[in-house]
Amino acid sequence: MVGARSLPDREEPALSTIAERIAVAGTGNAIELRGVSRRFGGLAALSDITLSVRPGERRAVLGSNGAGKTTLLNCVTGDFPPTSGSVRFYGEDVTNLPPHERIRRGLRRTYQISLLFQGLSVRDNVYLACLGVSRGRFSFARRHARDAIMQSVTSLIALVHLESVTDRPVGELAHGQQRQLEIALALAGAPRFILFDEPAAGLSPNERGDLIAILTALPAHIGYIIIEHDMDVALRVVESVTMMHNGRIFKEGTPREIEADPQVQQLYLGGGHG
Amino acid sequence: MAISHTRETRIGGVDSAAPPRWIADHFAILLLGLVLVLLPAVASNFVLDQIVGWTLILGMIALSLMFLAGYGGMVSLVQMTVAGLAGYMITVFGASSLPSISLFWPWWVAAPVAIIIAVAFGTLAGALSARTEGIYTIMITLALASAFFYLTLQNWSIFNGFNGFTTIPAPIFLGINWKSPVALYYLILFFAGLSYVTVLYISRAPFGLALQGTRDNPRRMEAIGFNVTAHRIAAYAFAALIAAIGGILLVWLNNQISPGTAGIEATIDLLVIAVVGGLGHPIGAFIGALIYVILRTFALDSLVAVGLDGRRFQTIIGLGFLVIVLFSPDGMIGLWRRWSARARSQTGKSPR
Repeated sequence: MVGARSLPDREEPALSTIAERIAVAGTGNAIELRGVSRRFGGLAALSDITLSVRPGERRAVLGSNGAGKTTLLNCVTGDFPPTSGSVRFYGEDVTNLPPHERIRRGLRRTYQISLLFQGLSVRDNVYLACLGVSRGRFSFARRHARDAIMQSVTSLIALVHLESVTDRPVGELAHGQQRQLEIALALAGAPRFILFDEPAAGLSPNERGDLIAILTALPAHIGYIIIEHDMDVALRVVESVTMMHNGRIFKEGTPREIEADPQVQQLYLGGGHG
Repeated sequence: MAISHTRETRIGGVDSAAPPRWIADHFAILLLGLVLVLLPAVASNFVLDQIVGWTLILGMIALSLMFLAGYGGMVSLVQMTVAGLAGYMITVFGASSLPSISLFWPWWVAAPVAIIIAVAFGTLAGALSARTEGIYTIMITLALASAFFYLTLQNWSIFNGFNGFTTIPAPIFLGINWKSPVALYYLILFFAGLSYVTVLYISRAPFGLALQGTRDNPRRMEAIGFNVTAHRIAAYAFAALIAAIGGILLVWLNNQISPGTAGIEATIDLLVIAVVGGLGHPIGAFIGALIYVILRTFALDSLVAVGLDGRRFQTIIGLGFLVIVLFSPDGMIGLWRRWSARARSQTGKSPR
C-alpha cells in the first residue's frame, strides 16, 4: 500500500518499470477485496465479499445467474463502486479511484455483452485501447504505421486472429470475432491483472480452443479472474476457483476440489446449466 | 497494402468510402477553395462581406458546435455566447466609439486577451456540462447562454447595456487596413479555411478519434484508460478557440456588437445552422450557414414582393428547418450523400 504510490502513476510505465512494479507487488495481493457489498436499491447484489488473488494467480469465479459475478468485476474495475468495503490493487487502495485510473495501473477487463466501438474499424478499436494506456491521449499528431503503438496494434490483432477483418467496422463482425476483439482490447499496453467476463460465451468449439490457447499463453506475471459457464474452458485455465451464490462466496478451492464437492454439484454443476 | 491505410482513420459512420472517393472529395474542396480565393475578382463588396463573409463567420461558430456535437455527442448551446464574449472583449480591450469603456489597447494585445478570456469561459462551460448527457447538456449550456444575454443587457459598466458598442475599427497591420472589404474578406477566409482544415485533421488524430470514442461508448472509454470528462473538457476548449476567433471577426465585419449578437435567438439560429447543414462532416456547418445567410438576406425582399410581411423570414427558416429535420435528420450532408449514392447506383457504377 505504501510502496505502490511511489510508482509513476497516470502514464503506463515503460517496460523497465514493470519489473519494478512486480517487485512492489510482492508486498501485497494483486486483488484484495475486504467486506465489499453492493446494493441496487433493495437488492443486495454482493454481500460482504472478502477475496484475495495473488499476483499471477488465475482464478475462476463460478455461480448461477444472479450470483453477483459480474457485479463483483464491476466493483473491482470501478464501473460501479461498492456500497461498502474496500478494493486494493497490488496493495494500493483503489476504492475511490475512477475506472480509467485503475486501468492505467494495469487492470484490464472484458465485457460479457461486447462493449465495443461498433462504428469504428477493428484497428481503431485496438488503437484506442492502446492509446488509452499510453501517452498522447490528447495528441493532435496523426499516427503512422511505424509508430510503436501502431506496431503493438498490429500484433494484438494478429494474436486474436483478426488480420483478415482489420479494416472492417466492428458492427459487421461475427459474434465470435467480436468476442476475440474484446480480448485484444484487454491485452493492450502492459496488463498486470485481467478480469474476463464470460469470454467463451457464444464461441464455436474452434474459437474456444483459440481462447484457451491465448489464456494459457499469457505471461506468468499476468493473473486473471475469469467468469465462465463452460466448465471445460473455466477449469482448464485456472488454478483456483471461487464459488458464489446469492451475492456471497460459499466455497473456494482448486478445480479438482470444486468438481468433487457434492454441495457444488447440487447447486451449480447439476442444475445450473441452461 | 493494409499498412498504407493506417494513415487514414475511418470515422465511425461518417465516411467509409474507398480511396478514389477521397480524392474526389478533396478535389471538390480544393475547387471550392480556389473559387473563394478568386471571388473578389468578380464579386461585389456586398457579396464578399454580407453573403460570403457572414457565411464563413457563422460557419466557423457553427463548426465549433459541429465539432462538439458531431464528434463528441455534446450539443452545446454556449458556442454563440463564447463568440459573443470574444466580440465584447475585443471591443472592451480594443477600440470603439465609447472611450469611457474601451481601453484602446493595440489589436495584437486585445485580440489574444479576448480569445483567452473566451476560451476560458468556453472551457468552464465544458467543465460544468461534461458530466451530463443529452438534454441536460443542452439545458446547462442554454442556461449559461441566457445568463450571458441578460448580463450584457443589464450591465452598463462593461457591456454598455442594450446599446452595446458601435464603430469598432478593424486593425491596421502590414500596411493594410483590414476594414476594407477585400482585405477583411481574405482575413475571414483564412481563418475559416484554417478552422475547417484543423477540425478535419483532428477528427483523424488521436485526440479526435478518442473524442468519437467517448461519444459512442463512454463507459468502454473509461475501461480502456481514458478520462472521459477531461477529454470532453479539452474538446470544449478547442471548440471555444474556433468560436472566439469567429466572434472577433464577426465584430470587425459587423462593426457593432449588442446583446442580440449572442442572444437566445442567435443561439437557436446557430443550432439550426449546424443541424440543417449536418453534423456528420465539418463542411455541414458552412452549408447550413450559407442557407441561413441567403434566406436572411433575400427572404425579406422576396416576401415583401409577394405582399407578405418581410419579418416573416424567420418563419421560412423555421419551416425549412422542420422540413430538413423531418426528411433528413443528418441535414444537407445526409441529403447529398443519399442523392449521390442513388445517382451512382443508377449510372451503374459500383455503389460501394
